[in-house]
Amino acid sequence: MLKDITLGQYFPGNSVAHRLDPRTKLILEVLYIVALFSANDWFVSYAFLALVLAGAIAVSKVPVKSLVRGLKPVVIIVCFTGIINLFWTPGETVLFSWWIITVNLEGVYRAFFMVIRIVMLIMGTFLMTYTTSPITLTDGLETLLGPLKKLRLPIHELSMMMSIALRFIPTLIEETDKIMSAQKARGADFETGSVLQRAKAMVPLLVPLFISAFRRADELAVAMECRCYHGGEGRTKLRVLRYQGIDYAAFAIGILVIAVIIALRYLNV
Amino acid sequence: MEIIKTSELVYRYPAEEGETSQNALDGVDLTIEKGSFVVVLGHNGSGKSTLAKHMNAVLTPAAGKVLVDGLDTAEEENLLEVRRRVGMVFQNPDNQIVANVVEEDVAFGPENLGVPTEEIQKRVTASLKAVGMEKFADHAPHMLSGGQKQRIAIAGVIAMTPECIVLDESTAMLDPAGRQEVLDTVQYLNRERGITVILITHHMNEAVYADRVVVMDHGKVAMDGAPMEILTQVERLRALGLSAPPTVQLLHALRGAGWDVSLSALTVEDCADQICRALGA
Repeated sequence: MLKDITLGQYFPGNSVAHRLDPRTKLILEVLYIVALFSANDWFVSYAFLALVLAGAIAVSKVPVKSLVRGLKPVVIIVCFTGIINLFWTPGETVLFSWWIITVNLEGVYRAFFMVIRIVMLIMGTFLMTYTTSPITLTDGLETLLGPLKKLRLPIHELSMMMSIALRFIPTLIEETDKIMSAQKARGADFETGSVLQRAKAMVPLLVPLFISAFRRADELAVAMECRCYHGGEGRTKLRVLRYQGIDYAAFAIGILVIAVIIALRYLNV
Repeated sequence: MEIIKTSELVYRYPAEEGETSQNALDGVDLTIEKGSFVVVLGHNGSGKSTLAKHMNAVLTPAAGKVLVDGLDTAEEENLLEVRRRVGMVFQNPDNQIVANVVEEDVAFGPENLGVPTEEIQKRVTASLKAVGMEKFADHAPHMLSGGQKQRIAIAGVIAMTPECIVLDESTAMLDPAGRQEVLDTVQYLNRERGITVILITHHMNEAVYADRVVVMDHGKVAMDGAPMEILTQVERLRALGLSAPPTVQLLHALRGAGWDVSLSALTVEDCADQICRALGA
């Protein structure tokens, strides 16, 4: 049952988007977000960005269906943002007014673009996580944030923690499954009863799980020390990230997109 | 040439409140020769694991000395060198694998040592080959069997080019097939690569592979000698809370019943030979 949980949302593949360096994808993602939020609130800019996104989706060969499915959990936030913008935007062209509710043209536009913006933001982010394995992403993040080490930020430690957490998720899920079976065999009931009762039923599951997780952490720490782990200093890597031709091409496209968006903003179309 | 030398090694775990702790190790003098295959036996609490943890400075002696290749493990600056020379494989395979991908995990040790990238790649390939896991280089460790995981852990140690591997009850959690995989692997490494192997175990029949058996009891070395010499002392072993291998026990029982058999049979084949000889005579 628990084993069906998919971890991360990585779609293994070998498309251009998959082969891009994780750093490139992270930087492009940031550029894309900047573009989204600095875009002029008018159809031309968003049509252009939608085109860019569609192009990226096509290149990544990620099925559109799964991208749309990824939107489901955020539907409420999107609706909420839309409604807030719809009713609380000050404006003069009143379209509709009843009791304390007024809807004006500015509000409609604003809500519409805000929703589009968020949907595109989420789809873009998903596109990155769909085409990059969590571990590569962590690697990319560590290298990108590397310069911050000079400010004594524990970048290596953070990325080590992240990758160990990722490594232990399947192990802990397996363990949870085992403990659940063991407690069920002793008559525990995880499925019926009120929310409160079910929450209480989790206690005999969580206590052994936590104890064992701490023990594991302890043993892992000793095992890591035995393999000469002594922090990030002087550490080399099996895989060194290197920018390829496609990365430079992708950067060029990213800068072009930003330039177009800024141009559209100044031209005010 | 000796790789590890302990002299008058004493260790005591910190006492729980209200309890007095005994010495877990109580004056251990042991010299491990380079290239040897030593099995350390002992019942629970005999100090065999504590001894193992002293061999690569996970624990440091309360009194006495441990020298690894001439380096004192109590000296802080020797730590990395000691741990590079003596690799350790633990009991639970899940809790010693660090990375998400097999080859990344094998690379962990050399990465920590600051080995250049190209050299790491070479070492990873060679180490995986040495344990017969080269086909699994890009697998996720949690999809492997217990025996395979332990072999990955061994590969991770070998990638640091150690002189010696200590297996601290590494076979205890494995099924018989997995145990055999691990034993075959360390035997190969010992014979073909000349790596010193120290195998801590409570499985008597694993002592068969050794060229030296050390039996621990109450933090002291109780018996020390060739496997044949140690494992045939049925009564003495029993007094130390251990039981001789089944083949030896059978021959011992037969001898008790008046048969003319020698106890020196550590494999089933040898045991059968002995019985046939006695029957034929």
